[in-house]
Amino acid sequence: MIDLLSLGFLQRALMAGILVSLLCGALSSFVVLRRMAFIGVGISHSAFGGVALGFLLGVDPLFTGIGFAVLVAVLIEWAQAHTRVQEDTAIGIFFAASMALGLVFLHLSRVYNVDVFGYLFGNILAVGNRQVVEILVVTVVVLALLLAFFKEIVFISFDEEMAWVSGVPVKALRYLFLVLMALVVMVSIYLVGIILISALLVIPGAIAQNLSRQFTGMIWWSTGVAVGSTVGGLALSYGLDFPSGATIVLVLAAFYLLTSGLRPRRLSRS
Amino acid sequence: MGEVAVKLSGVSVAYDGVAVLEDIDLTIEAGKYVGILGPNGAGKSTLLKVILGLIQPAKGEVRVFGQPPQKLRLRGQGAGYLPQRPLTNPTFPVSVLDVVLMGRYGRIGLARRPGREDRDLALLQLERLGIRHLAGKLIGEISGGEQQRVFIARALGVEPRLLVLDEPTISLDVCVQDEVFELVYALKEKLDLTVLVVSHDIGGVARHVDDVICINRRIHVHQPPPIGRLGLESTFGCSIEYLFHGEIPHRVVKAQDD
Repeated sequence: MIDLLSLGFLQRALMAGILVSLLCGALSSFVVLRRMAFIGVGISHSAFGGVALGFLLGVDPLFTGIGFAVLVAVLIEWAQAHTRVQEDTAIGIFFAASMALGLVFLHLSRVYNVDVFGYLFGNILAVGNRQVVEILVVTVVVLALLLAFFKEIVFISFDEEMAWVSGVPVKALRYLFLVLMALVVMVSIYLVGIILISALLVIPGAIAQNLSRQFTGMIWWSTGVAVGSTVGGLALSYGLDFPSGATIVLVLAAFYLLTSGLRPRRLSRS
Repeated sequence: MGEVAVKLSGVSVAYDGVAVLEDIDLTIEAGKYVGILGPNGAGKSTLLKVILGLIQPAKGEVRVFGQPPQKLRLRGQGAGYLPQRPLTNPTFPVSVLDVVLMGRYGRIGLARRPGREDRDLALLQLERLGIRHLAGKLIGEISGGEQQRVFIARALGVEPRLLVLDEPTISLDVCVQDEVFELVYALKEKLDLTVLVVSHDIGGVARHVDDVICINRRIHVHQPPPIGRLGLESTFGCSIEYLFHGEIPHRVVKAQDD
């Protein structure tokens, strides 16, 4: 194992994987409790449009990807607040459109040597120093904002109307949370890819719900489970020579199945 | 006339072009306990939301203690509010104490943690509502009547001068309904609150109200008599009560429980 860890690409993969799963785990409980699983799918798929735009313009796909994901997240929120469209319909429209746009951008860029498959399904072993630094910056920013506004985000997750009446700036926090999701989605692309990100945003929170009765307990569980499954999944994928992103997601799914029988509470649903 | 708690002048609200409230003029004095009655879809909840600032009227002006409600809200001086369905997500993993503390968040301010005094105050509210022993329970684990008390305790967390309750007894057993009304009245007296309560249960409200507002898009205020406290109390001895007034007659039905 020590020999393995002396390999630079493995060190970087492990470092990036731990940071990304820390972020996803921290957000995941909120995503589950706020029933935002589908918007996670929407934001991650729309990031594809941004990544492809990066290739077309010849700039770092991270920045165009973040820009695109934030833009689409904000558009979805705006559309459901200001038009008659339902949130899930808005998500369905925007994410398909941005993926289609991504394909057109790729076609126009005439770049044939990019690893599209890596963006779609993750390629953590290809992460370089620059990406590790990017992930680190995003991790610090997102965790700092999440900690700063923790109590307000819990409140709007529990009851938005009451939060508003109590003087909490609900609208701003809703947008903030979407921006945080977009940032996390973007850096998660390195680990599991666009298609599988929603697993990292949803499954840790779902497992935590099986294991904890308290919100803060849920956050700790979901973060721990995400990091553990990522490290375990990476080791397993190395040993079995499986694709790493897919292995991580499968470990998480297996964890979910195992804990589903253990629900600590059955609350009356009245 | 004493201090004015709520003043609406020419307020109109429409959803998708359909008028819900039309040209409402209303003045509620501070310290009053006001019941709001009306048929389904008459705009009762909308009226409350206008007063809370949750809904911006298309026309007219809203003042709560002389200020626009949005301004009071941002200063953490908004009204205490009990929504019609306060527990939208019964499996949400928060404790009773956490829920009551949420009522303080606007006053505590962004990016700051609740301190000891916030905790003490939340426990005091629970004490006032007789449910301090439930502080550590999950919100979804306790009974409907207990939940309602928790949400009233949360509404008191903003240290309001105006308490707004939307159907506080809608999902409760009959005896618990009376308890809640008694409790609200006791709180009003103790904390010197102005109370607005929307209810279908005229009998329960009638015991303590000073005024009854009947609403059906337009508004009708009864100051006692003819249908003041005594009038309502005596008329609700029978099992069914009809009230007719204005252009749109409406009926209020109350089944006796004994």
